[in-house]
Amino acid sequence: MISRRVKGLLVAAFSFLTLTFSNVSVAQEHHNDGETAHEEQVHLEDTEKEGEKKFDANEVIFGHVLDAHEFHFFSWKGADGHDHHATIPLPVILYSPTRGVSTFMSSAFEHGHAEVNGYKLVGNDVVPVDANEKVYDFSLTRNVVQMFIALALLLVLMTGVAKRYKKGHGVTSAPTGFQNAIEPVITFVRDEVAKPNLGHKYAKFMPFLLTVFFFILINNIFGLIPGSANVTGNIAFTLVLGVITLLVVNFSGNKHYWGHIFNPPVPGFVKFIMVPVEILSIFTKAFALIIRLFANMLAGHIIIICLISLIFIFGNISTIAGAGFSPISVGFAAFIYVIEVLVAFIQAFIFTNLTAVFIGQAVEEGHGHGDEHHDAHGHVEDTLAPTEPVII
Amino acid sequence: MQLLTPSLGLIFWTLLAFLIVFFVLKKFAWGPILESLGAREEGIAESLESAKRVKAEMAQLKSENEDLMARAREERSLMLKEAKETKDRIVNEAKEQAKAEANKIIAEAQQAIQAQKMAAITEVKNQVGKLVVEVSEKVLRKELAGKEAQEQHIQGLVNEVKLN
Repeated sequence: MISRRVKGLLVAAFSFLTLTFSNVSVAQEHHNDGETAHEEQVHLEDTEKEGEKKFDANEVIFGHVLDAHEFHFFSWKGADGHDHHATIPLPVILYSPTRGVSTFMSSAFEHGHAEVNGYKLVGNDVVPVDANEKVYDFSLTRNVVQMFIALALLLVLMTGVAKRYKKGHGVTSAPTGFQNAIEPVITFVRDEVAKPNLGHKYAKFMPFLLTVFFFILINNIFGLIPGSANVTGNIAFTLVLGVITLLVVNFSGNKHYWGHIFNPPVPGFVKFIMVPVEILSIFTKAFALIIRLFANMLAGHIIIICLISLIFIFGNISTIAGAGFSPISVGFAAFIYVIEVLVAFIQAFIFTNLTAVFIGQAVEEGHGHGDEHHDAHGHVEDTLAPTEPVII
Repeated sequence: MQLLTPSLGLIFWTLLAFLIVFFVLKKFAWGPILESLGAREEGIAESLESAKRVKAEMAQLKSENEDLMARAREERSLMLKEAKETKDRIVNEAKEQAKAEANKIIAEAQQAIQAQKMAAITEVKNQVGKLVVEVSEKVLRKELAGKEAQEQHIQGLVNEVKLN
């Protein structure tokens, strides 16, 4: 009974949310389509006029998952009638071919109300006041800053662990403490990811696979801290990792791998279809990696924020509805949060594992074709390889 | 749309960060860690191998010891058996010898007895002969003193005669 009621409520909540969502996303596109700044201002004033009780779920959700030039925690309306924001401003670094490099703190924009050095803040983007000017934004945005913090921590932790190994701790004696927590992860990557996919060539790719794994993992975990930036759920981040993987896979590809792409073992006329498909597959593999990580991490964040936003959406209808819905909302958010912790590890593992699979396909010695599963037992294949017919 | 448009700045910084992290970790973390793990695993494998070898050696030593013990035991029992045999032989020989000696002594004794008996019988015979002669002589001498007295006398003589 209760579960059915909860389900009913959820359905209602989500359909409501979707409706709100679709409306505002239309509005959002409207903005990006290059409406003038004036209209933007009007829109902003509109929302302000409607009262401070008005809750914009779209703004909240995208404010959380998108990159920004500051760490924004909360806002309030002061006694003087102005908006106050609790933020950590971050450095803005801009390069313009005509005006060179200019740097200043993002607080100079006064949350989009001021122009600095001929630049202004529109949404999350820094744009030149003069629309004809071109500008490249290399700002230390919150994603960048958070990534740097996470990676600094990663470097400290890992070199610390390495130092203990260098001292012989864990070589001649049992590892302890944090070293003991990291070691199974490293051996997992080695024994469950690298060795089965790469066979005896695994050692060469171990540093890359480990770096990718921990790079993603630590950023995933940092992204779970409330109020933090959504680094791994940003397509630029996953794009870089995907492109690096693409390069590593293809630069380590051997004769057999390229032979398979440009001369697949199919009858002549099918080759004309297969070669483009194979060439396309080089890019689809990396593309799948990019989208998978991006979408998974983004979706997790959005779901949590949506569930929390529901409280305020209901709150807008009536305070009682908001208060009544909050336990359900918080419960679901906590549940999704726990899943997100799991997903942080799973996505790091999947990215690493698929990278290993793709590298494995690129470096495997010629034997058979079209079977993507048999390289999961690379070490067995290596011993069997000489007896199998080589088809190129 | 902002979600799906990668920003140049983040791409640049991520790439830079990844490359730095990759090279630093490769040199200062993964290298030493993987090397140490490999060394440890090798050490463990070696230790297990040597333990197995030692165990095999121990087993061999034990079986050798047991073999030795068994052989020693066998030898001992053999020696005991031999000793017993020797003893038996010696005893038997001694017995045989003793028996032979005894037999010899008995035979000699019997011979001596026989000889003495013969000598005694010869003497008895001689004595008897002598006595007969004496008696005959006495009878002949006493023929005059009546027939009765004669017979009495003979009777007395006869009584006198005792064969030992």
